[in-house]
Amino acid sequence: MSDAARWSGLRAGRQRLRDAADIALPATALVVMLAVIFWIRPAAMSYFGFSLLFKLSTPLMFAALAQMLVIMLGDIDLSNGAFVGLVTCISALYLGPQPMLAVALFLLAIAAYAGFGLLIHVRQLPSIIVTLGLSFVWLGCGVTLLPGPGGTAPDWLIGFMNWRPPLMPLPIWLAILAALAGHFVISRSSYGAVLRGAGGNPRTLQRAGWSIAAVKTGVYAAAGALACLAGVLLTGLTTSGDPNVAPAYTLLGVGAVILGGGSFSGGFVSPIGTVIGALTLSIAGSLLSFVQVPPTWQIGAQGVILFLVLAGRVLLSEKAP
Amino acid sequence: MSSIAAMSDHATNGTSASGRTATDLLEIRGLAKHFGAVQALRGVDFHLAGGEIVGLVGHNGAGKSTLTNIVSGSIAPTGGRFAFDGREPAIWSPAIAKSSGIRCVYQELSLATNLSAAENIRLMHRSLCGIGWRARARALVVATLDAVFPGHDIDPDRRLADLSIGARQMVEIACAFSQTDSAVRCVILDEPTSALGHEATTQLLAYVRRAAASGLALILITHRLNEIIEVCHRAVVMVDGRVVAEPETAGLTRTALVELMGTIEVPRQAGDRSAAGRQDRIALAHSGRDARDLAIRVAAGEIIGFAGLDGHGQRERLRAMFAAAENTAANGAAFVAGDRGTEGVFALWSIADNLTLRSLPSLSRLGLISLGAARRLAETWSAKLNVKAPSVDTPILSLSGGNQQKVLFARALASDARLIFLDDPMRGVDVGTKQEVYRLLRSEAEAGRSFVWYTTEFEELRNCDRLYVFREGRAVKELAGASIDHASVLEASFGGGDV
Amino acid sequence: MTRRLVLAPWTYSFIVALAMWIATTAYSGIGSAGSTLAAALAFGAFSVVIGTGQMLVIAAGSGNIDLSVPSVLTLAAYVSMAVMTGHDGMLVPGLVVALLVGAAAGALNFLAILLLRLPPIIATLAWSFVFQSFAFNLGGEATLKPPALLSAFTVWAPGGIEIMPLCVMGLTAAAVFVLRSTLWGRSLLASGQSEPAARLAGVRVWRVRLIAYAGCGTLAALTGFLLAGFSGGAALNMGDAYLLESIAVVVLGGTSVAGGRANAVGIWGAALFFNLMATMLNTFRIEAGIRLMLTGALIILIIAIVPKPRAA
Repeated sequence: MSDAARWSGLRAGRQRLRDAADIALPATALVVMLAVIFWIRPAAMSYFGFSLLFKLSTPLMFAALAQMLVIMLGDIDLSNGAFVGLVTCISALYLGPQPMLAVALFLLAIAAYAGFGLLIHVRQLPSIIVTLGLSFVWLGCGVTLLPGPGGTAPDWLIGFMNWRPPLMPLPIWLAILAALAGHFVISRSSYGAVLRGAGGNPRTLQRAGWSIAAVKTGVYAAAGALACLAGVLLTGLTTSGDPNVAPAYTLLGVGAVILGGGSFSGGFVSPIGTVIGALTLSIAGSLLSFVQVPPTWQIGAQGVILFLVLAGRVLLSEKAP
Repeated sequence: MSSIAAMSDHATNGTSASGRTATDLLEIRGLAKHFGAVQALRGVDFHLAGGEIVGLVGHNGAGKSTLTNIVSGSIAPTGGRFAFDGREPAIWSPAIAKSSGIRCVYQELSLATNLSAAENIRLMHRSLCGIGWRARARALVVATLDAVFPGHDIDPDRRLADLSIGARQMVEIACAFSQTDSAVRCVILDEPTSALGHEATTQLLAYVRRAAASGLALILITHRLNEIIEVCHRAVVMVDGRVVAEPETAGLTRTALVELMGTIEVPRQAGDRSAAGRQDRIALAHSGRDARDLAIRVAAGEIIGFAGLDGHGQRERLRAMFAAAENTAANGAAFVAGDRGTEGVFALWSIADNLTLRSLPSLSRLGLISLGAARRLAETWSAKLNVKAPSVDTPILSLSGGNQQKVLFARALASDARLIFLDDPMRGVDVGTKQEVYRLLRSEAEAGRSFVWYTTEFEELRNCDRLYVFREGRAVKELAGASIDHASVLEASFGGGDV
Repeated sequence: MTRRLVLAPWTYSFIVALAMWIATTAYSGIGSAGSTLAAALAFGAFSVVIGTGQMLVIAAGSGNIDLSVPSVLTLAAYVSMAVMTGHDGMLVPGLVVALLVGAAAGALNFLAILLLRLPPIIATLAWSFVFQSFAFNLGGEATLKPPALLSAFTVWAPGGIEIMPLCVMGLTAAAVFVLRSTLWGRSLLASGQSEPAARLAGVRVWRVRLIAYAGCGTLAALTGFLLAGFSGGAALNMGDAYLLESIAVVVLGGTSVAGGRANAVGIWGAALFFNLMATMLNTFRIEAGIRLMLTGALIILIIAIVPKPRAA
């Protein structure tokens, strides 16, 4: 019996190691990248340097968290980037002059997100194809509102994005807050267990008397709200709206979720990992220009970085099978 | 074994002390359910009182699962009356059933495997929320597990995906019996022991008896008829969507119960095959992973059994041997999976497509399949195994579980493989099908095919020529011929003597 | 036994495509019917070639998808145009090189999935960045011109019968045959339905999937080769539109996203639907935003109203 206990005890220890490795991996990648940047350009190691490096990470981080919620349900959202683009159009056009109208439009868009989540559940549709269709719809709405880049972000929003809080730059504060809030809600709270359960095995939930329709609708609404936040913050950064500003967010967001230890099989996501993953991906571009990769190879090098970081996962999991 | 003696003591006590209340907790009259043209239930009467244990038996497709799914609110009936606790509810749903105190352990494991045991029990109990919920959930799941399966070593914070099937089943059972704000009044156990080892099964049956003594009503569905006779007060026999008999289990024999189900059991030919097995022609020799792990050899025409408690490395060894045999043995090897849903059936395909897949390489030339030959092969073997279906083009999912399993057997037997691996393929299959398949296996072995058979049911080991008993990931003991009996298998499983 | 008339899911896109053709014709006169259809067939043929490749990958199992098709298409077009340098005599070597590039790209995709155990979405996305960089370095912003013979072939229509779409229909027929009656086709569909079950039934799942990804890359490369001839040369953004379209035509064509069910004929219906809708909305002079919205709404509508085939 003691032999059996040791046998399974050993496996339990390995499991904990692997769980920790899920977050350690993107964190290590982030630290290594920062180390390289600071080694080349020591001046970047300052309050100002950090704000500059992570400036563009804030909206990507919220878009990635939105994507994470959908991936948590076992779905995928291909419309995330187009939706963020639409939100920048609404923000740049109306948030300054008619804030109530802008907020109403945001709520409408979030309600639409929730509605499509419900549709996906009720008709048991593949989310990949519904959100692919949705990406055309959001882009179409954006182009109708604002055919090209234009509009202006309200001053308060631009001011907020340029705000310099004490101790750490704004993007770092927001990342920490978002990671902790996400961790508390998704990984620790009792309702987080229900949400992850909905992604892992919806029938269990149904049999235990929960409504999957409500869970799906709610999670899609939350994903819409987070993507909305990403769009508003992005408008503050770019100071204008553009329906085509963020198509890359869709796949970068997916990348951040996977980098952060998430999996497409449903129910396996880590908010902290996702936030770190988004930070990592957003400074990959800066790193490449610091090490003077020629512009024609930069995008390819981003692919290589993605491979290198994710290859670490294989090495780790081979040590702890 | 002292545990066996204690168990039969309990059985007699349980039966005599069956305290029944005057009013029935659950009362069903003329319940009917059809799925399209298929009549699953044709007017079923059923009643259950607090403190009573009822065993529900019948072949696959007899309507047992439909009946319990109606009780648990997952399916709405198409006719009949249903009363719980003396009232006929206007609406009945899983949520209402749950809050009325009905719990169900489903045949297929129905937990969220991405969550831990503590998180799973939270899904069952809405009151487990707010600050400190995790500690309370952990305490609840550990306390219930301790009560049902004393001596378990399940970590409540580990993801279920990393636990063995047996441990997951234990967690599922614990979830069903766990109690917070609303009282548990009726528990339905659908094949709860099929994934459990011997010790856990004994513990569960003992707990079921104790629970009934404290007033809980229980429905037990199992193909292991001995368990029904041992633990239940009354058996309810279903055939073709009807209840055909409701015998008291006191004095009931296994054979009588089988006859009520409409199958005549063939007397077992224990020890018959001890002389068989041509040791001179070795089909596969597979060395263990270390000195304490026995090397396993399989001779042509031999049936080798893997025994031991569930989850002690039998599956892993079976798979390792299959992988080795695929590459080394002439014509490769074939595999019959026990987990039909994920490892056996191709859900989108017909019987013919499912049956022929393993044989396609030998039916094709330059990568092109001879469709005619494939069809003939499917028809031949479908008939040979007596698969009940209008034609071989019938979608496999429209068959009952037992018939699906027959198709999987046919897939292996129709192939040119001389070495066939069986991974507990009879789990949840009815007695009649089992007998047919046992006969076929024996005749195929006579013809020179070899089988390596992992099973969790002791009776099946009697069909084997030799056994390897597993403990803690290793094959520790070889038993052959006359020395195959319950006591020696149990002794080797628990490591009696040499530890 | 009552028998109801139930349309197969993949017929819906054919019906919608037909409706759009009729609507366009009704608006702009009967005389335009032929040319509208001819244009839709020619443009649709490209979507079908690339979609057929995507179908092989999607059918290989849940989660399998190739996001690198646009960059493979572009890279193959650049490489082959660079090899041919506009000479008709180099047509065959150019085609062979294009197909080899595609097959190699597909194989690389699969190797990343297998060796690094990445989800296909991520592996093919990362490779697509790399392929894009290769194309960028090979051609830069310039457009590489195709040989005249290639351009002539893509629009060749003796007696009003377009040859290229006919060849693509031949490709579709070949795909149907391969899926139905070859060992590889059956193995692919088996692996797509259940990987463990296929493995235990003796299917070499990873070899089957390697061929599916290589096949997808090859067909994407073929699309690039033909498209460069058709549109007057290789350009950096020539593949962009095909990222989402290649997935949409496959799924609307009746292939299951969960894997194991493939429909090669249905891709034609969905491809015609896409191109005829573009023509129709152009004819009606509907502005770009509304056009995008209608496209998206119709994709969702078709996928939502099609009855589900019975399966587990």
